[in-house]
Amino acid sequence: MKAKTLLTLVFAAASLTAAGAQAQSVKVGVVLPYTGVGAEFGQAVDRGIQMFLKLNPAAFGPYKVELVKRDSKNPSGAEAKTAVQELIAQDKVDLLTGFIYSPDAIASAPLVSAAKKPMVVMNAGTAWITNLSPMISRVSFSMWHSGHAMGEAAAKLLKAKTAVVGYSDFPPGKDSLDAFLRGFETHGGKVVDAIPMGGPGQVPDFTPFFQRAKDRKPDVFFVFVPAGDHAVSVVKTYAALGMRQAGIKLIGPGDITQDFKLQAMGDDAVGLITMHHYNADLDNPANRRLVAAWKQEYGANAVPDFMGVQGYDGMAAIAHAVTTLKGKLDADQVQAALKGWKYADSPRGPIMIDPATRDIVMNEYLSELVKKDGRLYQKNIGVITAVKDMCKELKQGKCAN
Amino acid sequence: MAGAPLPAARELARRHRLQWWEALPWAAGLAAFFLFPNYLAFGTQVLVTILFALSLDLVLGYAGIVTLGHAAFFGAGAYTVGMLAAHAGWTEPLSGLLAAALVAGLLGLVSGWILLRTHGLTLLMLTLCTMALLEQAANMFSEFTGGFDGMPGLSFKAIFGQFEFDVLYFRTQYLYALAVLFLGFAVVRVLVYSPFGRSLTGIRENLLRMHAVGAPVRARQVLVYAISAALAGVAGAVFVQATGYVNLAVLGLERAAGVLIILILGGYGRLYGAFAGALAYMLLEHTLSKAYPTAWQLGLGLTLMLVALFARNGIFGLADALRRRWSAR
Amino acid sequence: MDLASILLGGLAAGMVLFVVSVGLSVTMGLMGFVNLAHGGFAMLGGYAVVLAMRHWGLPFSAALAFGFAAIAALSVLLERTLYARLYRATELDQVLFTIGLVFVMIASVTLVVGPESQRVVLPAWLDGQTDLGFLRYRTYSLALIGAGTALMLALWLGFERTRTGARIRAAVDNRRMAESLGVDVGRLFTLTFALGSGLAAVGGGLGAEILGLDPQYPLRYLAYFLIVVAVGGLGRVTGVFCAALLIGVLDFTLKIYFPKGGTMFIYALTLALLLARPQGLFGRKGA
Repeated sequence: MKAKTLLTLVFAAASLTAAGAQAQSVKVGVVLPYTGVGAEFGQAVDRGIQMFLKLNPAAFGPYKVELVKRDSKNPSGAEAKTAVQELIAQDKVDLLTGFIYSPDAIASAPLVSAAKKPMVVMNAGTAWITNLSPMISRVSFSMWHSGHAMGEAAAKLLKAKTAVVGYSDFPPGKDSLDAFLRGFETHGGKVVDAIPMGGPGQVPDFTPFFQRAKDRKPDVFFVFVPAGDHAVSVVKTYAALGMRQAGIKLIGPGDITQDFKLQAMGDDAVGLITMHHYNADLDNPANRRLVAAWKQEYGANAVPDFMGVQGYDGMAAIAHAVTTLKGKLDADQVQAALKGWKYADSPRGPIMIDPATRDIVMNEYLSELVKKDGRLYQKNIGVITAVKDMCKELKQGKCAN
Repeated sequence: MAGAPLPAARELARRHRLQWWEALPWAAGLAAFFLFPNYLAFGTQVLVTILFALSLDLVLGYAGIVTLGHAAFFGAGAYTVGMLAAHAGWTEPLSGLLAAALVAGLLGLVSGWILLRTHGLTLLMLTLCTMALLEQAANMFSEFTGGFDGMPGLSFKAIFGQFEFDVLYFRTQYLYALAVLFLGFAVVRVLVYSPFGRSLTGIRENLLRMHAVGAPVRARQVLVYAISAALAGVAGAVFVQATGYVNLAVLGLERAAGVLIILILGGYGRLYGAFAGALAYMLLEHTLSKAYPTAWQLGLGLTLMLVALFARNGIFGLADALRRRWSAR
Repeated sequence: MDLASILLGGLAAGMVLFVVSVGLSVTMGLMGFVNLAHGGFAMLGGYAVVLAMRHWGLPFSAALAFGFAAIAALSVLLERTLYARLYRATELDQVLFTIGLVFVMIASVTLVVGPESQRVVLPAWLDGQTDLGFLRYRTYSLALIGAGTALMLALWLGFERTRTGARIRAAVDNRRMAESLGVDVGRLFTLTFALGSGLAAVGGGLGAEILGLDPQYPLRYLAYFLIVVAVGGLGRVTGVFCAALLIGVLDFTLKIYFPKGGTMFIYALTLALLLARPQGLFGRKGA
């Protein structure tokens, strides 16, 4: 059959070229959704990766890094698993990175354990992902980072007594609810209602859910929806129902103010308070440099967001491993090199990989959206430093394994 | 009058006999095992899809029932195996297949009995709604199903206590899927050429006449729908056993629409259309997406459009047309 | 929460569904052609509106008109060159073709514009809230309700009171008879297809505020459009109108009182409705 002969030839040719190039190069498998519903997130992380390589040309030392990119297509995990299997078996990558959606990371965990390949997660936020395999480390976040910190800040800094939580009805949403509840009620608040607001698949009309929240008259309304279109809809609905005038503050994790969607929200978003590990308005030298370079490369209206920075930091982690181990990437040694790795030059401030959990430890910034010079701007009103994933720290639910 | 039967009758009587070239797909499947040892995860996916498409061909190609919700049965089988493994500790694979077939078949029986009194667009929408309802239910009861994140880390006992599931290279999974596909195909083939199968074709081609000769039309339709559902459930079960993971996507519109496209592409009502379609579509998608991670949908879409425009009844239809032109010389 | 707010919210959502789906209902009813790419025309229309506003500075209404015209023209081109070849083909080949076309549309938009979702900047007179006396409500939702109703009336008048409308209705009910009476069915197809796709384009632009606008739009909402068409009855403008509003209002209401069930209710409702009346609310029996 023709297709098979062609495949065999391609295979032969590929292995010949690979053998030649092996000398001082490191192969990194990048699994991201380049098409489908997650395409814009895949693009954000991919750009972050490219930006790191561009702004830090010496980061990998004398070692060449070869990125093998595979499309994880839809968030079902099956495509990611097949891609990871081929990257390991066929392309023989040294490590894997990417993974926007939690199912993609979850499905790939048994493979990286069996093959002993390090996996650096650049987004997937379900808290217990790092427990699934000793080969997994994460540079992105867990829903508990922002959720718990926001709960704490809402009680202590915003002096809120009651809260209503609206969340998308899937695991990251439930994680976010649990995290906020824990943080808020530990510090004296009370969550009076928790409203599931439809699944992540479509962008539902939030009006009925928000109306229900408004009727409860809380001090704050904590909303988690997946980054993307949902967030824009959230802000519009909040304004359309006149909730601010009713005295209800809208708060949430930074997923609802993703930087490249921010300006689209318009004036309705002014006053929105979010807690996140990054926003493009953070004032530190590394971030100023990143934002300027990003605009130069991708257009004046382009802006990095938390996913872009996660791609950036992920490459920093990989570069650290490669240079420390002098290009010889033995899996256990890579994990050892990554544990406790500190990076002071991240655009999001100082970060570290927790040696106990292999998850990220970072600052969480409390920001308020204001209007400045005719555009929306995240004003920093507080920060909680060195935040760990509280789910694993407090051994909540599935994180206890 | 006694004498040699007419050519047409002879042809019809001969159709069910095995042809030599029918061994080819299985030989190719085995050969692929040795030729492409690093692609067996992908290969397993192809085999599972072929089985799924085959089950759809039973209802679509032979009974003429157009459904956009066949993933309901694939998902039912998948979740049966998943939940048995995660909650009841039942990890024996073969009995898992049986359980999946039973659950999916039962679901097919009930939904077929209710839905098959309609046809056309109405039936299409009803099958879609049933599947979507199941998907939402799986999300609602996420404590049992794992919801969007699914149930990871499912592991299954070795087949016959001997052959362990191979996490990294998928060797056992591939041969397991091939064996299950073979058995499933045998069932379908026997069914299609049996009197029952013939009556299905009659129902598809001329409903009025079948009613007129007193054939139990509704009963036959529901029965084949249930059998097809059971088969789809088995495909779902193998999928979960092979990948060790199940989530909502097994019940999704993407999977249901995908298998429909694959069957149309390969040629429905042709038994081997499922093979041709699944192989062609998935190979094309796989190689295109590796070469052009952002633009492969364009190439795939164009291919589908071209096939629809120039090949009636997909790949097999094209082959038929070429063969006719050749023999007409 | 008071009844009026619930009703208005549901009606607004329903209106968007109506505007996009009415074209699909008419083309499927008239041509018997399964056009799963209909959502693609809606998406392209939305993009046309957004890009016209962004790059040429057109105001919202003018951009909508432009979207209608541009997509109607595109659909005529596609209909004459490609769709027409498949009129005699099986339904399944039509499904294959239109799905392939949707893939091409999605991929093209992603490559040319990018995968990010697009935002429609509403003019000031459509933004904010309006005081209705007994209630303050979102202006845009009210505008949608008004526009949708006006459109429905215009279409109804067009179908019931004009010669062309009568011809279209005749061809939907009995094509052969209409042809033998001298109706140029081929040209009617093209006209109806253009109208339907143009309306979808307007729906895409109008609905962007509520349904969003990104390359995945056609596949994400395909099920909803098909449901509205099936429940409303093929080729029936009033049917689609009622079905869309019914689904919009019920879904909205149920979400307030049963947020966990969410979208499940649309499917359950459709199941019940179609089992009770397979031809849809207004369809003809035995069609």
